[in-house]
Amino acid sequence: METLLDFLTLSDPNVRYVVLGNVLLSSSAAMVGAFILLQKKALIGDAVSHAVLPGICAAFLFSGSKNIGFMLSGAFVTGWLALLAIDYITAHSKVKKDAAIGLVLSVFFGVGMVMMTYIQQSGNAAQSGLDHFLFGKAATLVGTDLLIFSILAVVLLVVVGLFFKSFTLVAFDRPYAQALGYPVRKLDLLLTSLTVLAVVTGITAVGVVLMAAMLITPAAAARYWTNNIRRMVWLAVGFGAFAGLAGAYISYAAPAMPTGPWMVVVSSAIAFFSFFFAPTKGIVPKMYTQHKNQRIIAEENTLKRFYHLGERNSHFLGLRNADELFAKDELNASSSSSRAALKRLATKKLVVSDGQQWRLTDIGWQKATRIVRLHRLWELYLTKYMNIAADHVHDDAETIEHIITPELERELEHQLGYPDKDPHNTEIPKI
Amino acid sequence: MIAFWIILTGSLVAITCGLLGCFLILRKMSMVGDAISHAVLPGIVIAFLLSGSRDTLPMILGAGATGLLTTFLTEYFHRRAGLQTDAAIGVVFTFLFAVGIILISAFAGQVDIDQDCVLYGEIAYVPIDLWVTANGTIMGPRPVYILSVVLILVVAFICVGYKELKLTSFDPAFASVLGISTALWHYLLTAAVSITTVSSFESVGAILVIAFLIGPPATAYLLTHNLKRMLAITAALGVFIAFAGYWMAYWLNASIAGCMAVVTGLCFLGVFSMQRIRSSRIQPPIADPAAG
Repeated sequence: METLLDFLTLSDPNVRYVVLGNVLLSSSAAMVGAFILLQKKALIGDAVSHAVLPGICAAFLFSGSKNIGFMLSGAFVTGWLALLAIDYITAHSKVKKDAAIGLVLSVFFGVGMVMMTYIQQSGNAAQSGLDHFLFGKAATLVGTDLLIFSILAVVLLVVVGLFFKSFTLVAFDRPYAQALGYPVRKLDLLLTSLTVLAVVTGITAVGVVLMAAMLITPAAAARYWTNNIRRMVWLAVGFGAFAGLAGAYISYAAPAMPTGPWMVVVSSAIAFFSFFFAPTKGIVPKMYTQHKNQRIIAEENTLKRFYHLGERNSHFLGLRNADELFAKDELNASSSSSRAALKRLATKKLVVSDGQQWRLTDIGWQKATRIVRLHRLWELYLTKYMNIAADHVHDDAETIEHIITPELERELEHQLGYPDKDPHNTEIPKI
Repeated sequence: MIAFWIILTGSLVAITCGLLGCFLILRKMSMVGDAISHAVLPGIVIAFLLSGSRDTLPMILGAGATGLLTTFLTEYFHRRAGLQTDAAIGVVFTFLFAVGIILISAFAGQVDIDQDCVLYGEIAYVPIDLWVTANGTIMGPRPVYILSVVLILVVAFICVGYKELKLTSFDPAFASVLGISTALWHYLLTAAVSITTVSSFESVGAILVIAFLIGPPATAYLLTHNLKRMLAITAALGVFIAFAGYWMAYWLNASIAGCMAVVTGLCFLGVFSMQRIRSSRIQPPIADPAAG
């Protein structure tokens, strides 16, 4: 608890640098990442982060020192070239984007490896620690680095803010943006440059491989909580910042622990939680809705069964026993799920039971009638308007009967001229 | 002799990866190869911690397991949560790689695996890594044997499942009508990729594995429309790259894996620019029936 307090008050200047640096890096990367994700280019971050290696090496070879400004510019140039190469290959050959990304990534990194061996043999004393740029040493951030990162992060934030509307439009509806006269190609180039900038700044903190995660993981998580792009971008920034903070804290509390990987693990944990539990879009809520719908369908099918049994002798409210209700028939439902459905119907007071037998209540009868009615109306509609043979319409009606709203019901009736008989010449009941 | 062993190792990896890579790029799954080659890290570390050695079998099992986990999670998030495939791949493999690095840091004293060894590998050490039998006979470099076994397995896998792999790659709907399980072959292919990746990573590193998985097949893909020919060109290119890459490295005195990756890129660049020049001469460019 004390470490947490120490950490949060930022009393130690080293901690201050690391924390601020991490938060800036991860939140600006997450913001750019949101647009990359929406443009379905999630993996280009991976390509860029590998492609910066030759740039870093070249900058080192030219300047002979580890000046961070030179390094970042070198990295920026080759990262940018890699993205151009990917676009060029996909536009001018039948090689698909995924293969182009993989190819460019490995070849650029290969070039970097060759240059790296050259540097190692050159015996320049300053070369040690060059690989920090590759594998990330967030904990070694110092004051001047922080200054550069803050400037870059602010640049990213401002540029994305200025072009927010254009980026949104290009991400969602490219042809429309083109038709409106937006300079789509230039906007692409701008987003590309921002991506490279984000990668180049972030790579020092988390390393080559994990940079892709800093870009897209927070954005992918944010996508699950909202359909509003503004909210999505802010959420992504928030998740990114939190991951940065948590990563810094973990390596502060346990110094053996690396900051970058923990940042990625934290933001992955947020993402996994979102995939599973985000309302409406998550896996669990989706399964719950599905389950609920299945229960409703089972209940309605059971009600329908009562109606069909009643239709034989026009005695709709008669008592029915289990054999009649659960006989294998067109419902094709297992008897255990039908029994469960029957129990739920009893608690909803749509059927009543005397222990052995069940019968419909008045409300139950009304509901049953409506479902049968919708079924038959739909069958008639399909034969009349879609020219489908009468013996082919049943299955379709079987699914749609659970969905049709009262408005649609009225519209169907109106279109069909308030019919009495369905295509099988059975009566369409009225309530 | 050293040159021979290194080129042989390189060729074995190149052929094995290339053959599988052909199917990956046809299925637009190239980045799955990238993801698996990184995501095997935690599997290797866990296998190392459990077995306490760098023996090949536990490593392959561990890596194979995490490779399959990567594919499974990617598919699961894609199918069940509706996450776009590229994002699913990106989220899953970076997570696993991060876990791997954390494990390495946590057990720093017990694990002599480094993340740069996963990325770079060191093919130059192959000739030193000798297999010595119990009675002291030197049988040659150990990786060569392992990689040969993997190559034979992969070739057998492709021969046995050629029809299924081809059908599920080109027309999954038709394949399932014929009763071929698309999911089963998807997982078999990714399992093969995982095993290949891990058996190669020690000698050539993840980056060269990706280069070999994607580079030669992509080049062959530009040259032919016939799958069998594509496989053959890929294998031939693989051997050429291993050969040329080694001599380039020897001549420049640079990283062998890096040079092989560079040669891979040069091969693709050569074929690509040749086609560009040809298509710019013929006006208008002839539409490619297989493209799209």
